[in-house]
Amino acid sequence: MRPAGRGERDSLYFTYPTFEAPSGAARAGLTGRAPVVIVGAGPVGMLAALELARHGIASVLLEARDTFNDGSRAICVARQSFRILESVGAVAPFLDKALGWTTGRSFYRGRQVLEFAMPDSADEKYRPMYNIQQQFIEQYLWEAISRSPLIEMRWCSRVTGIADITGGLRLTVEDTQEGYAMEADWVIAADGARSPVRSLRGLRLAGQNFEGRYVIADVQMRHDYPTIRRALFDPDCRRGGTVLVHRQPDDIWRIDYQLAEGESEAEALREERVRASVAALLAELGHEGPWELEWWSVYSANTLALEDYRDGRVFFAGDSAHIVPIFGVRGLNNGLADAQNIGWKLARVLQGRAGAALLDSYSPERRGATLDVFANATRSARFMTPPGPGWALMRDAALNLALSHPFAGELANPRQMTPYTYADSPVVLPDDPGFDGGPVPGAVLPDAALEGGFLSERLGPGFTLVTCAPALAEAMAGEVEAVLIPPGSGAALLLRAGPRSAYLVRPDGHIAARVHDATAEDIRTALALSGCARQGEPA
Amino acid sequence: MSPADLEAVYEDLAETLDAMTEAQRPVFLAKLALLMAEALGDAGAVRGYIAAAVQNLDA
Ligand SMILES: Cc1cc2nc3c(=O)[nH]c(=O)nc-3n(C[C@H](O)[C@H](O)[C@H](O)COP(=O)(O)OP(=O)(O)OC[C@H]3O[C@@H](n4cnc5c(N)ncnc54)[C@H](O)[C@@H]3O)c2cc1C
Repeated sequence: MRPAGRGERDSLYFTYPTFEAPSGAARAGLTGRAPVVIVGAGPVGMLAALELARHGIASVLLEARDTFNDGSRAICVARQSFRILESVGAVAPFLDKALGWTTGRSFYRGRQVLEFAMPDSADEKYRPMYNIQQQFIEQYLWEAISRSPLIEMRWCSRVTGIADITGGLRLTVEDTQEGYAMEADWVIAADGARSPVRSLRGLRLAGQNFEGRYVIADVQMRHDYPTIRRALFDPDCRRGGTVLVHRQPDDIWRIDYQLAEGESEAEALREERVRASVAALLAELGHEGPWELEWWSVYSANTLALEDYRDGRVFFAGDSAHIVPIFGVRGLNNGLADAQNIGWKLARVLQGRAGAALLDSYSPERRGATLDVFANATRSARFMTPPGPGWALMRDAALNLALSHPFAGELANPRQMTPYTYADSPVVLPDDPGFDGGPVPGAVLPDAALEGGFLSERLGPGFTLVTCAPALAEAMAGEVEAVLIPPGSGAALLLRAGPRSAYLVRPDGHIAARVHDATAEDIRTALALSGCARQGEPA
Repeated sequence: MSPADLEAVYEDLAETLDAMTEAQRPVFLAKLALLMAEALGDAGAVRGYIAAAVQNLDA
């Protein structure tokens, strides 16, 4: 919502473009069959299209709206998402605009009880987290899409029907003209939390609704505080509640605050009420200058997901498949990882380089990541919004104790997560016990400084062999790209790699397998199992 | 700990609890539990004590 007198797109800092449905000569090609149709051009749908294009697969992207979304929404973009953005060639404008951060501070009744830093080092190309408004995320992804000849974007095009046909799907599309039907081999439904495709397929999200509801309000102001996430527990301006404050680009500040028990949503969303809440908080933060209200909305802490992210030839990705509480900052980040995961797998299957079984690994891997978020989110939700008197007492006791004893403040540490490890995936190999530590199969390959750059930059769009053994790389030439790391280098130490060790890294940067004393035959077997590669095909 | 030591702790707790408001008492006891748990440094033992203290509450 926006203040009275301002339209939905009257932003203080963002200029909304207006797009049109395909017209004129372009309409002749609308009914052709596409290998992949993506429904919804939110960040997740756009990323899926870019990932497919990265692997040479064409797609059609259908979006009901005529512009980017209405407000800042998901503002925290994690390190792994920046790697994903880099891999699809879209990261440059994000690095220019976004505010990187590592530190969080928690306060109890105005006094600091915790300062935490997320892991960061000279071995990391990207910071652990960046703040940037979702409109910019969508704009920058859109700019990358418009550079790609493989992606056909259709705005103002709403999917209203989807039916199974032999070897594919038939979609009904309504647009500003007469509408049409088209066919696709596969569909990625990235159509958001209220996913019409999900309803059309007769599927429902299952899980829990939490009590905690938050108003999220953006204000524009000159406010002198670094990019540090602030969590205020039990502040004077909102006794018994929790407030989060985040800095965003363009002097925009995000203020999330919890609705009081019994406070109605309609009441909390009234402009005067939002203004009063913001004013009281700013007074408490010591902000004396002017401020302008930009946009506000309400958000509740749900943990809901589909039982299976695949329904025949339809794959669900992003909010259509899962809804997670905002303080885990995983909604968007996990959605981008979904898109990347299904993107490379579909590409390999469509190119005949992998058997269709590879697609069966999408749901277990990505749904596992969601369930992991649920476990963590439940933990932070209980701290932010204690579900019972016992939880409330222990929370208050911990915060109170933290005023004198820092160890208790750690209970307020949100422990923003690292990417999920696909330990139980059908396409990840069991670990080799020969390794003494280091990253396990299923985990994201950690980044490392390497020869003036970073290891992550050297990973190819396909599978990559990371090894200290030149002979192995040579033996596998033509079958898989290799990155040689010098024995004894920082990267080798991080990977606990010996002179003949090898890591096989997937197109999404996750480790498919590792072998401490590897032979070419080991790598071939791992490739076959992890990519479901057909014999004799290059990876 | 000798019986006299335990008695001294008992008295200190009683006097400290008496000197605060009713609302502060549970918070104080919960803080104390966390503090002692941290000092003990043995989560298994602490959870054993939690289970022990729950016994007979409605005796
Ligand atoms: C008010 C609000 C506040 C939020 N705040 C936060 C936050 O603070 N932090 C956080 O991490 N996350 C937040 N989120 C969640 C975050 O915005 C989502 O996780 C993220 O946008 C998911 O991206 P998506 O691409 O899956 O879905 P969306 O961004 O919802 O995109 C779905 C797209 O599909 C289109 N679509 C829908 N139906 C059809 C159809 N039939 N045909 C064609 N297109 C269709 C829609 O128009 C939309 O563009 C918030 C969400 C909302 C709604």
